[in-house]
Amino acid sequence: MSTETQAVSADGTAGAPVPEFTTDEMMTVAASRSLRDGTACFVGIGLPSTAANLARRTHAPELVLIYESGTLGTKPDRLPLSIGDGILADTADSVVSVPEIFNYWLQPGRVNTGFLGGAQVDKYGNINTTVIGGDYADPKVRLPGAGGAPEIAASCQEVLIVMRQSTRSFVESVDFVTSMGYGRGGDDRQRHGMTGRGPVKVITDLGMLEPDPDTRELTLTHLGPDIEVEQVREATGWPLQVAEELSVLQPPTDHELSVLRELKATIGGTS
Amino acid sequence: MSRIRQLDVAVSELVGDGDVVALEGFTHLIPVAAGHEIIRQGRRDLTLCRMTPDVIYDQMIGAGCARKLVFSWGGNPGVGSLHRFRDAIQHSWPVPLEIEEHSHAGMANRYTAGASGLPFAVLRGYAGTDLPEHTESIKTIECPFTGEKLAAVSAINPDVGIIHAQQADREGNVQMWGITGVQKETVLASKRSLVTVEEIVDELEPRPGSVVLPKWAVTAVAEVPGGAHPSYAQGYYERDNDYYQRWDPIGRDRERFQQWLDTEVLNVERSAR
Repeated sequence: MSTETQAVSADGTAGAPVPEFTTDEMMTVAASRSLRDGTACFVGIGLPSTAANLARRTHAPELVLIYESGTLGTKPDRLPLSIGDGILADTADSVVSVPEIFNYWLQPGRVNTGFLGGAQVDKYGNINTTVIGGDYADPKVRLPGAGGAPEIAASCQEVLIVMRQSTRSFVESVDFVTSMGYGRGGDDRQRHGMTGRGPVKVITDLGMLEPDPDTRELTLTHLGPDIEVEQVREATGWPLQVAEELSVLQPPTDHELSVLRELKATIGGTS
Repeated sequence: MSRIRQLDVAVSELVGDGDVVALEGFTHLIPVAAGHEIIRQGRRDLTLCRMTPDVIYDQMIGAGCARKLVFSWGGNPGVGSLHRFRDAIQHSWPVPLEIEEHSHAGMANRYTAGASGLPFAVLRGYAGTDLPEHTESIKTIECPFTGEKLAAVSAINPDVGIIHAQQADREGNVQMWGITGVQKETVLASKRSLVTVEEIVDELEPRPGSVVLPKWAVTAVAEVPGGAHPSYAQGYYERDNDYYQRWDPIGRDRERFQQWLDTEVLNVERSAR
């Protein structure tokens, strides 16, 4: 199934027409809604950056955006292509060094939400962005590596993960733990002395997964509009647990969609 | 005391085969022209340190300058993979590449320890990850006061640290502003340092939030306008995002890369780009 192009059409049941949108747009909007106004968010490039900037333009105008290049409270008027674009420095409350952003701002737990993606996530929310297949020294695919993610995953008060869902990306156990979620489950985070809560939501193009309160295994709690449970199971590389009370994500509003599309048209722009 | 030099003279004076070299600049102010000069001078067996290898290290690795890479994120920002870097790791082309892999927080702290004259830095990092298993320069340490388990990372003290800045004055004092990454730490951690600058001015005008490196902390300064392209120099030019896109197909293909190297770097006095 192509997640890029699948459109969900209006069902017209409530009388009000529901706009057409892609599953990717639904994912970005759901991620954006998960950010509370007035909180601080450590943002990675790509989907997290799009979602965080959408939130700031819709329900969370006071959201504080922090990028690992050292820009605190940045308010870009277009989507940056990299975490160090000039627009981030130009519009920041303060620009600090890279050692400072990690040591003074991230490490003590000042940041409410860390926003991560990855190539693989497993059933305990551990993320791999390092190597796939083979072994570390001789991998099948060499990925970019850790960047800021391991410490974002450890030290933010909570973590949101945004990723497209497939059996290739949602695996029973990641090939390499680049960033720790719940380790081997249960209270593994506490055993590692971690201060942050860990991944509280995994938002995908098919719905939303949340950790079981005891085992910490990711459990399907929300479906995307017009998505079936079976579809999500088929896109998951382990036997997926499904919450007893399964909700459906509210489709994007006209306003969210138009702001998102405007925003995406500005990526990397140099206006 | 920093000396004002031509770029080629400075590189030949400061960078030798087998050196540990750090070219830093976090997306902004990447010393690309200096990297090309190192390629042109045919340096070999370098240990290249850089948080984000970026296109410049992809080019230096593809040109066969490096024996080892010390890094924390090896992608083409906003585009995808660095294919010369991947080819070197996966297929040892053009020469085998050893890697020493960290997180950004770890690398930033390693430079800070290096600049501070300490053997290592302490951070709350790497917990629960597979990185310490593969990276010798990450160890666990117990806090002598609380007993908390923390990560220790060894200092980086490069033989040569190279950065790009907006300005220097005629005496060799350096000023940079905007995103300044780990450049100050890199210069202070390194045995020798080279700063390429957009321009040499009569007097440095104070700017809010700028980083100033006094002349006695820098070995050499070279005036290289456009020396950070395709990254950017705030106040001078913007990031050439198209270049990063165009690099992808060149970097993917050994022949196209070789062609690019010949026409854009090796057979020109100073790289056009």
